[in-house]
Amino acid sequence: MLKTFPIGGIHPQENKISRACRIETMPLPEVVTIPLSQHIGSPAEAVVSKGMRVLTGQLIGRSTGFVSANVHASVTGTVTAVDTFLDASGVRRTGVTIRTEPDEWAEGIVTDGRIERECSLEPAEIIARIAAAGIVGMGGATFPTHVKLSIPAGKKAEVLIINGVECEPYLTDDYRIMMERGEEVLIGARILARALGVSRILVGIENNKPDAVEALSRLAGVVAPEAEVVPLRVRYPQGSEKHLIAALTGRQVPSGGLPVDVGAVVQNVGTALAVYEAVQKHRPLIERVVTVTGPSLSRQANLRVRIGTPMARLIDYCGGLPADTGKVIAGGPMMGRAVANLEAPIVKGTSALLILPEEQSLRTSPQTCIRCGKCVSVCPMGLEPYLLSRLAEKSVWDEAEAHHVTDCIECGSCSWRCPSALPLLDRIRVGKAEVLRIIRSRKA
Amino acid sequence: MEGLIYTVLALSVLGVVCALILYLVAQKFRVVEDPRIDEVEKMLPGANCGGCGYAGCRQFAAKAVEADDLSAQFCPVGGAETMKRIGDFLGKSAPEREPMVAVLRCNGSCAHRPAITRYDGAPSCAVESATYAGETGCPFGCLGQGDCVAVCNFGALSMDPETGLPVVDQAKCTGCGACVRQCPKQLFELRRKGLKDRRVYVACRNRDKGAVARKACEVACIGCGKCVRACPFEAITLGDNLAYIDYNKCRLCRKCVDECPTGAIRAVNFPAPAVRPSGEQGDAQPAPAATQEA
Repeated sequence: MLKTFPIGGIHPQENKISRACRIETMPLPEVVTIPLSQHIGSPAEAVVSKGMRVLTGQLIGRSTGFVSANVHASVTGTVTAVDTFLDASGVRRTGVTIRTEPDEWAEGIVTDGRIERECSLEPAEIIARIAAAGIVGMGGATFPTHVKLSIPAGKKAEVLIINGVECEPYLTDDYRIMMERGEEVLIGARILARALGVSRILVGIENNKPDAVEALSRLAGVVAPEAEVVPLRVRYPQGSEKHLIAALTGRQVPSGGLPVDVGAVVQNVGTALAVYEAVQKHRPLIERVVTVTGPSLSRQANLRVRIGTPMARLIDYCGGLPADTGKVIAGGPMMGRAVANLEAPIVKGTSALLILPEEQSLRTSPQTCIRCGKCVSVCPMGLEPYLLSRLAEKSVWDEAEAHHVTDCIECGSCSWRCPSALPLLDRIRVGKAEVLRIIRSRKA
Repeated sequence: MEGLIYTVLALSVLGVVCALILYLVAQKFRVVEDPRIDEVEKMLPGANCGGCGYAGCRQFAAKAVEADDLSAQFCPVGGAETMKRIGDFLGKSAPEREPMVAVLRCNGSCAHRPAITRYDGAPSCAVESATYAGETGCPFGCLGQGDCVAVCNFGALSMDPETGLPVVDQAKCTGCGACVRQCPKQLFELRRKGLKDRRVYVACRNRDKGAVARKACEVACIGCGKCVRACPFEAITLGDNLAYIDYNKCRLCRKCVDECPTGAIRAVNFPAPAVRPSGEQGDAQPAPAATQEA
């Protein structure tokens, strides 16, 4: 019996149609727009101005606090604007626009493909390099990695978990990274373990990727003997930090607590790769792998793209927007967000562009709640989505807080399961944001 | 016969004992409350709308009785008349405040502001606003899901299917401010009802630069500042590419309305054939003079 998390969960159709596509490097776009806030925490502060020439990998935005991240130029070129632009939600944000020239790498960055296995740096130095490289969680949450590695006083990490679950339907970027860059991922994992001072590494991979399990197990024997690759039963949302910890260690992160409260630190495979490149090659986070997929797209792909490339360029590269397109989603179909502006840039947290045809993307009109309780049985956090949604709709914030709305991980299992097609998560998300705001103002 | 007497007797004794207990308990747990609170509550509209800032009419009445004077209390629904009656009853001076009305500071109807995306999430402004900028190119404008209509206790708001914007029925609007608090885009403002219900205001909240705002919406304020220069009373201020008319300074001359190049300034309840000062007759008049808000 394969391991998995204890309660709730669903199994949507996997649709990993781009799994066989090898990672391709996308040609440089003409212009990139690099947002100064691509992470959770305070936005970075621009250190370049209009007219300046920047090199690939040069710092353009300095982090403004502990929970913040550096931003680097992903191309060589001239800064044409440090101004607002429209992000994927149509909201105005600040970013640096660069007109691209052929790559000239900033000093110190090693661009050869040679694999450097050994790392004998001190933990503090590793964390400093990761912070300097502006690495954030690449699974989509974009929490600054150096913050996650700085264990609060009085707590102790016992195990490092590498998240290769990729439980969202359609996404294959992590899978391709594990298949093609597995060795670097494992070296990155060793570096992370060294920074944390832990000697145990668990790599969680869902069992629908048996080749990745096998490939990483084989590599682990060579480069990372302390790493154990664990196949997991396929179940959404296993890629959630808390659920992966529960699946692998049987420990439950307490409500409102952090993974380190149960001695675990979780990092995505993409993050591990970025850590390898930052620590061993001095290469900041300037590119990522993005799955471009969709049932009617003419070409599926896993593309290595520079941060700041407009989304529309990726779709053009894969044969253009199909005529029957109803929605373009940044991320997976469960947790991703529909894109309102295709000229918006790819950011550190963009794992995929999913192009869905109209008949698959539009919601069915909601009916009344029939009190079937299916949302409760699928909620992986053991919450009562029908109730939370109702409380949020009626603005009953104290009750919503008492029913732990803040524990919601926004996985969308409830909305997916609801036979009445109620927009449960839509409302719960608003309720969660409002309750969090109230809690913050109470503390202040 | 005897049985009957005993029965009546026993029941009577039982009744007296129970009455005694009830009386003693009532004495013990009696809550002394100023009887004037009941009287004041009766004078209030009883809508429990929260427009006064208290949790309903009862609490308002209790605070009014408690307070030294009524300067901190005002029932926007009952208005000056109700406040005067309460003041007379309590022997306290009541505040004089002009009646207010909610105005929608967005004129981005379907015709003025075409949709560029389609939203199919929960029909709620709060949800849509948390999700993204909205269906049109203007991230500041009305989302049209009608959260304000749902929150209005007085039936003063309704959605106009033609424009996709809410309409304020000024006869029903009490100025309680529920819509002001509800709107996630902060589009409602309580403004003075004004002389003969006439009002002049900037029906836009777009703080983007002029060209961007204009591209998203035909009737956006582009922050050109023409109205600021035209205003003889210094009632208009410009900040963040957006003009704002201070209703305390505005004398309803409507010079700004004539000057505005996009028609973002609305003048409501003025007589239709406007008597304009001689001279300027702007060629691109959006004819806002005839607009009836009700």
